[in-house]
Amino acid sequence: MQDRRSQRGTGAVDVVIIGAGHSGLAMSHCLSALSIEHVLLERGAVANSWRRERWDSLRLLTPNWMTRLPGCAYDGDDPDGYMDMTQVIDFVSRYAERIGAPVETGTEVLSVSRQGSGYRVITNRGDWHCRALVLASGAFNEAAIPAVAEDVPAAVKQINAHQYKNPAQIPDGGVLVVGASATGLQIAEEIHASGRPVTLAVGEHVRMPRLYRGRDVQWWMLMSGILDECFEEVDDPARVRRLPSPQLAGTPDHSTLDLNKLIDNGVRTGGRFMGVRDGKVQFSGSLRNVCTLADLKMNRMLNAFDEWATRTGIDTEVDAVERFDATQVDAAEPLRIDLRDGSLRTIVWATGFRPDYSWLDVAVVDRKGQLRHNGGVVDAPGLYVMGLPFLRRRKSSFMHGAEDDARYLSTHLATYLGQAARFAITRIAV
Amino acid sequence: MENNQMNADNGVNVEALLGAREALTQAPEAAQFQWRATSEWVNGTHSRTTIDKFFGLGEEQQHRSAFQFDADHPEVFAAEDNGATPVEFVLVGLASCLTAGIASVAQNRNIQLRSVKATLEAGMDLQGILGIDGDVRNGFDGIRVNFEIDADASDDDIAAIVAQSQKRSAVFDVVTNPTDVAVTVEKS
Repeated sequence: MQDRRSQRGTGAVDVVIIGAGHSGLAMSHCLSALSIEHVLLERGAVANSWRRERWDSLRLLTPNWMTRLPGCAYDGDDPDGYMDMTQVIDFVSRYAERIGAPVETGTEVLSVSRQGSGYRVITNRGDWHCRALVLASGAFNEAAIPAVAEDVPAAVKQINAHQYKNPAQIPDGGVLVVGASATGLQIAEEIHASGRPVTLAVGEHVRMPRLYRGRDVQWWMLMSGILDECFEEVDDPARVRRLPSPQLAGTPDHSTLDLNKLIDNGVRTGGRFMGVRDGKVQFSGSLRNVCTLADLKMNRMLNAFDEWATRTGIDTEVDAVERFDATQVDAAEPLRIDLRDGSLRTIVWATGFRPDYSWLDVAVVDRKGQLRHNGGVVDAPGLYVMGLPFLRRRKSSFMHGAEDDARYLSTHLATYLGQAARFAITRIAV
Repeated sequence: MENNQMNADNGVNVEALLGAREALTQAPEAAQFQWRATSEWVNGTHSRTTIDKFFGLGEEQQHRSAFQFDADHPEVFAAEDNGATPVEFVLVGLASCLTAGIASVAQNRNIQLRSVKATLEAGMDLQGILGIDGDVRNGFDGIRVNFEIDADASDDDIAAIVAQSQKRSAVFDVVTNPTDVAVTVEKS
């Protein structure tokens, strides 16, 4: 990696990439291959979010053999394992060095606005002017907390999944974890294991086994083509992009982390967190249905895997067809928890994350705070985005998905720059 | 679904519903509806509620005709039983909302329904409303809904229709989730 901090820090360049995580670096690799001049602006160090904004025990949800960036596959000795954060930071940082990515570290973008036919990028270390811009600042910049959090009494400590590192931050006593995606389940499991009794508030979720018929579920999704499914092939891409992350964990023993496992461990489940009234948390009475929805949806996916295995003749190469127990729902699920009797000391919000575009002074964000884009091509000339869930394909949500997205979008960007240049020449000629 | 041909006919105009979904996505203010009821005491525990107008799509709307509902309590409550008990109207709302959802979802998934029957049971401990035991709530201690459905689909596909209907049901939401209720009064 060239650290240009001393040499540049400001100037004119064809392309600015905001963010030097795996998405920005994948784009950098592809732009270099097209000989397009660019710079990556990174508020911290390479892989900053992985360094600072993840909890300690997190591991990637994809096995190592899948984990790759353009031109760089995993070459370690544990292909079926899942990288922990130290390994992810190392993998991404070594990639940045290997491709010689022109990263300006310690450079925080303060605003982006249109200027002429390009963009003006104001940073804490000077201004950049560019013809095209790639947003690769991540999809998980802020914890998305429901407004009802404001009604929680002050005596109950509140922490969100962005702030959460490990159970040592949590006071002794009962804990309510709100949210049943990958984040909520992983945090609920380790806090409960630390001796603090956990209740988990469960809304709509996506259930998935870690292994199916002896293979990683990600193997099935990749091989059967699900991960390659393009946003143009699904009925309602906006709905798919809003789906919570599947209940998966990078468990070293490849065990499945689902609601049944948590319940067997002693975690109580309740419905979706609806609000606080008269000092009591209120849960939705829809828990049975959200569990039924997730069980049915999982079984549809497993049916599709089985059909694919039969069709492609690999039935004998994998273990026998299996089905998993329906999610347990206790008849005595709590509909309320009294926050005044001291039994519940902490609420952990694992209710999702959202990107931060507060610095983006270009009218491309809709009323729900989402970027208007068509498969990564943002609704403004020469503006692109990388690294959002299902940006172009289902695998866009994962590190290995950045490669195809970067290849497509860098080609689109090159065409845009070429056309813009021709247009400028035409104007001069006239 | 084995084929892409739309041949199921459950009497639901899915094209119109999908068209409305598209239109209201573009114009969210038109999606703001208000439902209304007016009610008058008759005698004893007997009252009569009228449903006539509502607001939606940016303007006043009216049912094809006004509907009236008599509500009362049964004779074991020492009442005259001139109509269904108010809590039973909650079951009417839930059953009809889920059933309408099932017909719509099945139509959208091109699944022909032949019969859809629902049986609803709601437990209630009268010690709540009679003020005998303060730990007992006034309302239901739970609602059980059982659907018997005859349709051209697998068990899992039928279960998925019923689950999706609950997911998109207004009355299911009203009974499973808290709603702020503001009651005001004026002397006439």
